[in-house]
Amino acid sequence: MKQILSFILNGSPVDVIVTPTETLLDVLREKLGVTGPKRGCDDGDCGTCTVLLDGEPVRSCLTIALTVAGREVLTVEGLSTDGDLHPLQKAFHEHGAFQCGFCTPGMLMSAKALLDHNPTPSRTEIREYMSGNLCRCGSYEEIIEAIQVVAAGEYAPSGGKE
Amino acid sequence: MKKKGVGMACVLHPTGNKGAGDPSNAAIQLKPDGTLVLLVGAVDLGQGSTTILRQFAADLMEVPIEHVFASNFADDFAPLSLGSFASRVTLIDPHAVENAAEDLKKKIREYASDLLEAHPDDLEYKEGKVFVKGAPDRSMTLAEVGGASMFGGGADPALLVGTGAWQPARFHPHDPETGAMPAVGAISFGACVAEVEVDTETGMVDVTKLTQVWEVGKAVNPLLVRQQINGGLHPGLGTTLTENSYPYYPNPDWAPENFSDYALPTFLDYPEETLWGIEEVPHPAGVKGAKGFSEGSTNGPPPAIMAAIHDAIGIWIDEYPATPEVILRALEAKEASG
Ligand code: FES
Ligand code: FES
Repeated sequence: MKQILSFILNGSPVDVIVTPTETLLDVLREKLGVTGPKRGCDDGDCGTCTVLLDGEPVRSCLTIALTVAGREVLTVEGLSTDGDLHPLQKAFHEHGAFQCGFCTPGMLMSAKALLDHNPTPSRTEIREYMSGNLCRCGSYEEIIEAIQVVAAGEYAPSGGKE
Repeated sequence: MKKKGVGMACVLHPTGNKGAGDPSNAAIQLKPDGTLVLLVGAVDLGQGSTTILRQFAADLMEVPIEHVFASNFADDFAPLSLGSFASRVTLIDPHAVENAAEDLKKKIREYASDLLEAHPDDLEYKEGKVFVKGAPDRSMTLAEVGGASMFGGGADPALLVGTGAWQPARFHPHDPETGAMPAVGAISFGACVAEVEVDTETGMVDVTKLTQVWEVGKAVNPLLVRQQINGGLHPGLGTTLTENSYPYYPNPDWAPENFSDYALPTFLDYPEETLWGIEEVPHPAGVKGAKGFSEGSTNGPPPAIMAAIHDAIGIWIDEYPATPEVILRALEAKEASG
């Protein structure tokens, strides 16, 4: 049976009609036109569909849409503020942390969650935390570097490289 | 017990096929505002081919790169490129872009000759301007030429498009005296050193450190070269240790269906330490000495890792991937044979 699902998407309230079996990824991509989260496998393996649910990274392909009722969902579309890229986005860009970019929305959301929890992760902690996100273009080394420079404050809003 | 080993491999990576023909075409159009549209058929899958071809066009037309537009969706209507594969674009497409730039400069001189009242041969093109030799005051900017060619203004309107095509000289039979047989346009050279730890109880191979150095002619865009070196490591590692379609291959009915069946390397499978290096020896066949190498960066890690496994446990593993099962069976067989 169809139901109305209400939640906060990238800071704004949304209402959308969903069925009980639809996933958050289905609803974001097919019903709300939010295509940042990618469908890499639809199986929970690749991490390209990662979004933050109340600040925690979840696989939107494994999340039943109705479970996010009343909660906050952040996708890559909500990362930049007023057209100003998030420090992680700037660092990914300048350090070449992607090739095709398909994994990038998921990588950015996982990286944000990592730094929110642990602002100065070690290289090992980055590798462990990010290991649920796959990149077929093999940009891992550049992604680690980008996360490290953000952790070091290089792209901080004040003083750092803009 | 964990056993350590080191192995290395060298790679010669050929690009630019001389046998079957390996052509690319390009066009550069002057727009009324003086900017340029670069049309190339090479599709950028993320490796940066559009970026470097824009760099070449800007460099050859002596304008800022921001003045050169190129679409990655142009392959339906752009002049054809054989494709962005086999590391061929960096060697071949810049020649087509170079020829298109020369052609456009010639057309700009011809078009401006009426307006500047001088013979085309007496005009020179430099840094986005065409001017009378010896009288640099009598000049037009690209925007002035572009605007005039679109809207008229002393001369008939014209569409100014430079076109270019190129492919490596076709293959010729080998020289019986010297044995020389130039089958490819250029060869790039790479070296890879891998350090591993093999767990003899679980059969797991951990690549702890991996270094790749590539000689690329000219690193047109060092950031992109680095991405290609480190990116090639991904399928290289996967081929060697995890990516497996056995026992189903080649039956497509049993193809792996997800990333659990077909394991791609994760952040944790990447070496704790990954080092990379670029060497530049300008290649005579490339524009500005550039040649392709990227695919070769996948080819170094597999033999280097296998050699490191041999160094660690004294066994040459002769099947890919060297999964824990393969390693454990090899260790058992070695023990059984005394
Ligand atoms: S699409 Fe959700 S994990 Fe791959
Ligand atoms: S950049 Fe292509 S999959 Fe990560």
